[in-house]
Amino acid sequence: MPTVNPTRMELTRLKGKLATASRGHKLLKDKRDELMRQFLDLVRVNMSLRQRVEEGLKTANRNFALARAAMSDETVEVAFMASKQDIEVEAEPKNVMSVNIPQFTVKTRTSDESDIYSYGFAFTSSDLDDAVSSLAAVQDDMVKLAEVEKACQLMAAEIEKTRRRVNALEHIMIPQYQKDIKYISMKLDENERSTQIRLMKVKDMMLEEAHHYKEKEEARAVG
Amino acid sequence: MYRMAVLGDKDSIYGYAALGMEVCPVTDESQAARKLRELAEGDYAVIYVTEALAAKIPGEIDRYREQMLPAVILIPGVYGNTGAGIANVKKSVEQAVGSDILFGNQ
Repeated sequence: MPTVNPTRMELTRLKGKLATASRGHKLLKDKRDELMRQFLDLVRVNMSLRQRVEEGLKTANRNFALARAAMSDETVEVAFMASKQDIEVEAEPKNVMSVNIPQFTVKTRTSDESDIYSYGFAFTSSDLDDAVSSLAAVQDDMVKLAEVEKACQLMAAEIEKTRRRVNALEHIMIPQYQKDIKYISMKLDENERSTQIRLMKVKDMMLEEAHHYKEKEEARAVG
Repeated sequence: MYRMAVLGDKDSIYGYAALGMEVCPVTDESQAARKLRELAEGDYAVIYVTEALAAKIPGEIDRYREQMLPAVILIPGVYGNTGAGIANVKKSVEQAVGSDILFGNQ
């Protein structure tokens, strides 16, 4: 049973709410569709990047395992103790359909590519050099992967949220408002009709009072 | 300016130091959770975690899914690829679409 007050003011209020809900529903639906379109493009990029990075890392990992096998723990530890290279990222937020996704820009301390070898070549095997260079080869892709994968995760969460809102508006709020509006307008019509009838009845009674139609009729019938 | 970090077992990640990333060798579950939280609260924008370690702390990893920073990204370690990284991408599709319509057969 509806719990709304069947008054004209409530009706106006509900009509306003329904208009807002319908507009919101349309906008959110558009947002969801556009997000979904961009997400599907992005997630394909995400997948291919991931496959490429995993392939690259597989090679790098194999090389590292090989290098590690040929050297003692201490040598390896010392080799990476003082890294010459330093990597920093700038995370610029980018707004895509109200989702803030980070854009990463990498800044390395030195631009010299050979600076990734943080050790002298005397005590380490050449396998280690190969390993480090194979890892450096996938570095750019790894950063790109981080950016794209994060964007996908954020967009997926936003799509889920938006979809819930669209569904709630479409299947619960809007039908509820429509039902309430219908109930109120029926009730108001009903009240109006009953007032009308009452007025007609009162008018009849007042006329009777003034002119005594009934008595005259009876008199005529007798006479 | 943000920094980058790698979390995982020592054998898998020691090489990343050469690239200038912060290397955090952890294998223990609670240690890993603590370290990840510490890094996420610090100025780290990208944290790579090996799949093997991520499998031990799925709750901690999921916590950062919906935050803009940091990006927690799974990478395969020396002990092989568990497919968790790919599964994560599929999870995004599932979350957005409702079911995996793109990579279901891969």
